[in-house]
Amino acid sequence: MASAVATDFTNQIVYTDEVAEFSPEIVAEMESHLTKYPAERKRSALIPLLFVIQRERGWVDNAGVNYLARFLDLEVTDVWETATFYSMFNLRKIGKYHIQVCKTLSCRIMGEPDITEHICNKLGIHVGETTEDEKFTVSRVECLGSCGTAPMMQINFDYHEDLTTEKVDKILDSLK
Amino acid sequence: MEIKAIGCEPLQLKRVHLKDSHTLKVYQENGGYASLKKAMNMSSDDIINEVKASALRGRGGAGFPTGMKWSFVPRDSPKQKYIVCNADESEPGTFKDRYLLELDPHALIEGMLIAAFALGSEACYIYYRGEYRYLIDIMDKAIEEAKAANLVGKNILGSDFNCEFYTHTGAGAYICGEETALLSSLEGYRGHPRMKPPFPAIEGLYACPTVVNNVETLTAIPQIIEMGGEAWHNLGTEKSGGTKLWSVSGHVKKPGVYELPMGYMDMEKFIMEDCGGIRNGHELKACIPGGSSVYAMRADQIFGKKVRMDYEGLVEAGSLVGSGGFIVMDETVDIVDSTKNLTEFYKHESCGWCTPCREGTDWLTKIFTRIADGGGRPEDAQLILDLVDNIEGKSFCALGDAAAWAIQGAVKRFPEDFKKHLLPNNGNN
Ligand SMILES: Cc1cc2nc3c(=O)[nH]c(=O)nc-3n(C[C@H](O)[C@H](O)[C@H](O)COP(=O)(O)O)c2cc1C
Ligand code: SF4
Ligand code: FES
Repeated sequence: MASAVATDFTNQIVYTDEVAEFSPEIVAEMESHLTKYPAERKRSALIPLLFVIQRERGWVDNAGVNYLARFLDLEVTDVWETATFYSMFNLRKIGKYHIQVCKTLSCRIMGEPDITEHICNKLGIHVGETTEDEKFTVSRVECLGSCGTAPMMQINFDYHEDLTTEKVDKILDSLK
Repeated sequence: MEIKAIGCEPLQLKRVHLKDSHTLKVYQENGGYASLKKAMNMSSDDIINEVKASALRGRGGAGFPTGMKWSFVPRDSPKQKYIVCNADESEPGTFKDRYLLELDPHALIEGMLIAAFALGSEACYIYYRGEYRYLIDIMDKAIEEAKAANLVGKNILGSDFNCEFYTHTGAGAYICGEETALLSSLEGYRGHPRMKPPFPAIEGLYACPTVVNNVETLTAIPQIIEMGGEAWHNLGTEKSGGTKLWSVSGHVKKPGVYELPMGYMDMEKFIMEDCGGIRNGHELKACIPGGSSVYAMRADQIFGKKVRMDYEGLVEAGSLVGSGGFIVMDETVDIVDSTKNLTEFYKHESCGWCTPCREGTDWLTKIFTRIADGGGRPEDAQLILDLVDNIEGKSFCALGDAAAWAIQGAVKRFPEDFKKHLLPNNGNN
């Protein structure tokens, strides 16, 4: 839910009138999302566009949100209202690789606690933290639909399943 | 992980083992889009009647009869009608839709096209959970292929039937699987559920008539049209038609996605033989058969009880089919710990809109954390049941009920686990 996110949100965001700028290719990509919805229902594109902002700017930041408000003829608060609801939007800077370990029941009983501990020890951080070199952030998230191949984690958009500590080592060591 | 049918010919899983099963070529070589052609020569009423005859019930969890849901759509309304596929799949323990979306995307397109044709809709949306990003690329390619073959778009197969397909993602929120919250989210808002009525069939997406169906529900449609509603129905039992996918996870030797005929006998055999039994050296303690939101069953409610795996059979046995997320736990699992885990899930996923659910799930998490930490009190069971009583039936949407059921089952059926966590001086009275 929004509450945990809201804390990060107020801690990090500085509201200014700054508006992000994007290359013509990115603007074209954003425009292509609008074609999926009726012309008078542009707001429907908000979630897909927030993902573009997050990818381009590293997180959902003030300048990116201001851009979207303009782009979709919305109030800035409309954009924040939606952005702060969903757990996949990062309202603070995070590492290049976002390690999201599933913590829900099937993963938990199949060994999630050991996996999380192993990752944290290896990286020298706690859950919710980012390594000093800004490479890794570790989170624990709710069921990702891979319960039959538990325990599992998602790194950015990639699924890694049937995890063992050895497998985790290999995966993390392969990330540059 | 296993993906296979047991006790019936594979229908949902008919193509998943074929090489390049996601391509139009392989789909068509194996009978794909023949049902669409057949349906386009039928009247809307005939299609809806076949679906009614099949006794197909929604596979998203609520089990509502699909044919009846379709018949609520006012087909003569001048407004656009929408077909929306619920590919949010976030019920803990459920992962079947993912494999259908990855391995058989054209079956979903065909099912949605038949629904659109029957209901006079020209626009279909597939709403994925945000984490299923990689599956969207597969579906977008399948849609492109179907378009190139004149199966999607304008004048489909030379007729005057037009239908466009769009994929869309959420961004991490279990509540967006609830159909009205999904529609809010698809419109770019927070995933708050809406008041029903009006039901989506009357006022759904953009206030237009809308059918929201689960992936597995929609992929069953081409089979129903192909073999006829009656024949599909007869694969299952009188009240539960057809076959069903079960997502099996936890302490069995062979987790996986299993297709079973409705009415499969029996749950003991399914766990102990078909799924390979419990991992070595351990024994069955509990099973949550229908996703985290249904009552957990004790081993002694399963062994020797001939539990029939269908809607009625599971109700008689004291649980529900739900989403078919079948979570198996051995004796190493402490039910206080597993239930605490689920209270955290519901607390995290409560959308915060209504007080009983928002405050109740938060309070339950606190109580379960205290008990798990060894601070249990004899009166806790009653406290929890009273609290849950104030959520069940009193919250704005079914997420509150889901949380209530998950917890009631644990407290009522596993009292010995709660006893282990009592404070020392309260332990033996
Ligand atoms: C909290 C909650 C979560 C739900 N999650 C899902 C889901 O992830 N996928 C799904 O298909 N249905 C889900 N549902 C059920 C939907 O509201 C709806 O009944 C379903 O999409 C209808 O399709 P069907 O009739 O084909 O099952 C959920 C319901 C609730 C109350
Ligand atoms: S029951 Fe929970 S999820 Fe549903 S509207 Fe209320 S707070 Fe939101
Ligand atoms: S419980 Fe971890 S993926 Fe479902």
